[in-house]
Amino acid sequence: MTVTSDGPSGGPTLFSLDGEDVEFRPGETILQAAHRTGRYIPHLCWHPEFRPHGSCRLCIVKIDGRAGAACTVQAAPGQEVESNSEQMNASRKTLLQMLFVEGNHFCPSCEKSGNCLLQATAYEMGMEGPHFEEFYPDRPVDASHPDILLDFNRCILCELCVRASRDVDGKNVFAIGGNGIGTHLLVNSESGKLVDTDMALSDRSASICPVGVILPKRRGFVIPIGERRYDVKSVAEPDNQEAS
Amino acid sequence: MAHIGTAKSTGTKIHSVSGDCERPGIYEYPYGTSIRRMLEDCGARDTQAVQVGGPSGVCISAFEFGRRIAFEDVPTAGAFMVFDRSRDMFEVAHNFAQFFAHESCGFCTPCRVGTTLVVKGMDKLAAGRGSRHDIDVLFELNTLMHAATHCGLGASACNPLRDTIVKFRPAYERHLKSLHFEPGFDLDAELSIARRMTGRDDPAAHLENAR
Repeated sequence: MTVTSDGPSGGPTLFSLDGEDVEFRPGETILQAAHRTGRYIPHLCWHPEFRPHGSCRLCIVKIDGRAGAACTVQAAPGQEVESNSEQMNASRKTLLQMLFVEGNHFCPSCEKSGNCLLQATAYEMGMEGPHFEEFYPDRPVDASHPDILLDFNRCILCELCVRASRDVDGKNVFAIGGNGIGTHLLVNSESGKLVDTDMALSDRSASICPVGVILPKRRGFVIPIGERRYDVKSVAEPDNQEAS
Repeated sequence: MAHIGTAKSTGTKIHSVSGDCERPGIYEYPYGTSIRRMLEDCGARDTQAVQVGGPSGVCISAFEFGRRIAFEDVPTAGAFMVFDRSRDMFEVAHNFAQFFAHESCGFCTPCRVGTTLVVKGMDKLAAGRGSRHDIDVLFELNTLMHAATHCGLGASACNPLRDTIVKFRPAYERHLKSLHFEPGFDLDAELSIARRMTGRDDPAAHLENAR
């Protein structure tokens, strides 16, 4: 770190990301500043349109030697941030493997394959297998809604649909319930079924899912495998870091 | 109070002493008191280990009983659990692992999945199907959870595991089927169908390590 002048005095405010100076705006988190300037810090539960959640821990970095989530730590002048290192990426790979074994993720039969942020990030982090024994949880699908299918098997608890439905759609269709390994995505209706909510296909929450939980019905495989978002371009590219 | 205790830990500390001792209860000591002194006062005999500070604290083994309760040596929230030599320290850590999996709120990935993976790993060891590799995996989980969890519960969830693996490794190795290979399943049992089909049950039809 060389330049540490303050914003109010006119000079740029900078922190160092893997040895490279990154300019940040007042109030920005490390991930926001990195993302805006075209850099890649792996993430799943963070999305530029929403407030951070900090639960997936994929954006784990070392800030002046101390571990933190880049999506929740505010950028400050002179910070030395370590992100794209062997150690950080190894931690990310293990976190991805945890998410894969926790749910039921069968990429070859998933409609989201190739457009999936979990899958793309796993490829980017060099994940070649699950490493841990799969949990194979029993999670029934919800096909009650005429236009939208919910396949909870693929849920990674990023909470983006909860935020989209609450903060953008103003409908509060989704919630996270339970605790520990029993934590799960809920539908806020008396019956617990999506058909008994006012969710519509045009809602932001219907398109926000980074994995294959919330899917439009009758629209399978419109874009063939091999031509999808992450088939043609890496998730690390500045304009390809979000799946939704 | 300032003249009681040590330079960095002034005053006294209340301890909840429990476990294998004649006089469990609430004790108050100045900071700087040795663990040995506390064990003598509560009538603990043949003590193997003390868990200081609860499940997320530190496990102190017999050769460390000279250590002192203070921020500069062994800090504590007050829990003082005594384990005598009749206890299997692997089972103690196994129990703590279940406690943390139950207590995890489920918010962040490393704690939600990690605490469950630790329980599953220890279940495997307890069932006698573990190998040295499983112990290494538990150790890796400990390292990740210390660095990656959202709060202190997940970060400290593997403390009893880490301490007991380091200090009571034989308690773990007693539960291993083999120190040299990784038995994900029972290979000899898998051959039983082939034995039945060929009508054989002689020693040569069994793997050398089986039976």
